Amino acid sequence: MKAGSNLEKVLTSGHFAITGELGPPRGANADVVRKKAEFLRDKVDSINITDNQTSVVRMSSIAVSRIVIEMGLEPNAQMTCRDRNRIAIQSDLLGASALGIKNVLCLSGDHNKFGDHPQCKNVFDLDSMQLIMTLKHMRDEGKVLGGQELDGVPKFFIGAAANPFGDPFDFRVTRLAKKVEAGVDFVQTQCIYNMDKFRTFMKQAVDQGLTEKFHMLAGITPLKSLGMARYMAKFVPGLEVPDYYLKRLQGVEKKKQADEGIKIAVEQIQEMKETPGVAGVHLMAIEWEHRSPEIIEAAGLLPRPKLD
Amino acid sequence: MRLNYPPNVRIVAVPCTGRVDMIHLLRAIEQGADGVYVAGCMEGECHFVSGNLKARRRVEAVKKLLREIGIEPERVEMFNVSASDGPRFAAVAREMTERVRGLGPSPLAKDHPLDLHLQAVG
Amino acid sequence: MVIAERKPIEEILAMVADFKKVLLVGCKGCVTVCCAGGTKEVGILGSALRIARKKAGNPLALVEHTLERQCDPEYIEQLAPMLENGEFDAVLSMACSVGPQFIAKRYLKQVFPALNTTFIGGSLEHGVWAEFCQSCGNCIIHNFGGLCPISRCSKSLMNGPCGGSSGGKCEVSNEIDCVWQLIYDRMTALGQVDRMRKIFPIKDWSTSRDGGPRKITREDLKL
Repeated sequence: MKAGSNLEKVLTSGHFAITGELGPPRGANADVVRKKAEFLRDKVDSINITDNQTSVVRMSSIAVSRIVIEMGLEPNAQMTCRDRNRIAIQSDLLGASALGIKNVLCLSGDHNKFGDHPQCKNVFDLDSMQLIMTLKHMRDEGKVLGGQELDGVPKFFIGAAANPFGDPFDFRVTRLAKKVEAGVDFVQTQCIYNMDKFRTFMKQAVDQGLTEKFHMLAGITPLKSLGMARYMAKFVPGLEVPDYYLKRLQGVEKKKQADEGIKIAVEQIQEMKETPGVAGVHLMAIEWEHRSPEIIEAAGLLPRPKLD
Repeated sequence: MRLNYPPNVRIVAVPCTGRVDMIHLLRAIEQGADGVYVAGCMEGECHFVSGNLKARRRVEAVKKLLREIGIEPERVEMFNVSASDGPRFAAVAREMTERVRGLGPSPLAKDHPLDLHLQAVG
Repeated sequence: MVIAERKPIEEILAMVADFKKVLLVGCKGCVTVCCAGGTKEVGILGSALRIARKKAGNPLALVEHTLERQCDPEYIEQLAPMLENGEFDAVLSMACSVGPQFIAKRYLKQVFPALNTTFIGGSLEHGVWAEFCQSCGNCIIHNFGGLCPISRCSKSLMNGPCGGSSGGKCEVSNEIDCVWQLIYDRMTALGQVDRMRKIFPIKDWSTSRDGGPRKITREDLKL
C-alpha cells in the first residue's frame, strides 16, 4: 500500500471502483458540504473535492476534505497549479496529509480567465505532470523538492486527470504514459460521451501495457437535459457529445429528459465495466449530488466493498 | 464643364489618397478647419492598388480618435470619386458643406464662427 | 522587440490635466517599429491632446520631440536643454516603460507614460503583433521544436497539451493558437515526435523575474 486509502484498497483488490465528486460552497457554510457529502455515504469509495473549479472562489478543497473525513467519508483532494507555487503546494500537501487526506488529484487547473476573478495573477510554477512528480518525490524520497528531509512523510495515493478527447488525439495516450511515468497511481478522465473514441483510446493504453501500471477511472457526467447536452457539445472544449445521445434526449418529453439522462449514464457505466483496462468510474454529477445514489444503485455497484 | 462647388472648400492635392496620413487630417482640425474629407478614387480603381482603401481605414481611425476627445467624428469623412466625375466631385463638396454647416463651426475655430472652412484632400 | 500600445486618450488627458506645458517624447526604437511611439505617433497624440485641451478652453502648450532611444542615458541627456530651464512642467513619454523611468531618473520633473508596454513579440502581419517571449532568462525553446510554451501556452505548461486543446485552439480563446498543437505538428514534421515522450523537468525560475530584478554586467564592454 502506498497510502492505504480506501480507494487504493478497492482498486488494488480488483473491485470495480466508483468515485463521486463534491463542489465546495461559495461561502463558509460547512453544512452545505455535509449535506452534499451525506448523499454519497456508502455509495462511493472516495469523493473528489474540487479545488476552486472553473477558477471560482470556493471553500478550500483541503478544508472541505477534512470536513468529509470527520463525517467518516473518504476525500480525494484536488490540487491545481494555478494558484500556488511549489512552496505553497508542498506546504498544503504536508498539511493535507496531517489532516488525514490520502488521495490527491493533480491538475493544472482551469485558467483564471473563466472564473470570478479574471483580474488575478496566476502561478503555474509547476504543471500537472511536475505536480505528480512532486507528490511522488515527497512520498517516496521523503524530501521536499529543495532537498530538505521531511519530518513525517506524506503518504498519498496519487491521482491525475486525462482528457481522451483533447487534441491532438494521437498524442493523448502518450501524454497519459507521461503521467504514468511521472508516478501517477490512478487517473480519472474528463466526462465521456463518445464511447467509440474512448474505447480506441483505451485499446492503445492497454496495448502499451499502461493500464497495468495505474488504475483508470472513466469519467461519467449524467446529462440533466437536452439543453445541458447541447451546451456540453458546443461550448466545453475537448468534449464530444455524439448525436445519438442528443437524439435520445430529444425523443422524450422535457420532464422525462433527466430520467433519460440517468438511464444513459447507467448504460455507460455498464459499458465501462466491460471495457478492458477500465478499473472504475468517476461520477461527476455536477450540482446533482442527490441523484448520484440512484445512478450507482441502478448500475449495480452497491453495496460498496468494505476493506480493512 | 464649369461646375460650381462651394467656395469654402480648400483643396490639397496629393498623388494618391494612400499618401494621406492621420496626422494630415488631425492638423487640419487642429488648425481650425470645420471639416476635412478625403476624396479618393473609386474602390477597385486605385492606380496604386489599395491607396484609397488604406485612406479609408485611416479616416476611420481619425474618427475614432476624434470621438475620444469629444469632437464630432462626422467632421471627417472619406469619399470615393472617380477622377473624371466632376459632377460627383461637386456633389460631394456640397454634401460635406451641408453636413458641416449642420454641425456648426469647429469648437477650435471660435474666432471665425460664421466662416465655414472645409478642406478636401485628394 | 518590445511591443507597446498607446493608452486611451482619456487616461492620458487625465494624467496631464493639471499641466500647461508638456514635453511629449517619442522613441525611435522598438515602439517606432511597432507603431506605438515613434515620430508619427507622437505627432498624432500631440495633435489630439492639443485639440482636446483647446476645445476644453484650457490650451496645452505641447512640444513634440523624438529621441533615438529612451533606454540609453546618452540620449536622455539630449533633453537637458529643454528640461532644465523650466520651459516644461511635465513630460509625457511614448517609449516602453523604460523611457519614462530613465527620464524621471535624470530630471526632477513629473513624468507620465503614454504607452502600455505590452509584451516581447513580433509582427504576424502589418498591424498585428503577438507575444513570443516572457524573458524567463533561460531559453528552452529548442526542446519544443523552437516554439515557446512559457509565453505561448496560456498556462505555461511544459508538458502539454492540456485537455482544453481543441481544433488547434486554446480553450482560453479562439484567438489563441494552442502552442502545444503547433509543437506537436512541428515535432511530427521534423520526425522528432518521440522526443515529446520525455517529461520536461521542473523549471528553475530563478533566472526569471522571480529571482528579483535582473541585471547584466559585461566587463568587456565597460568604458
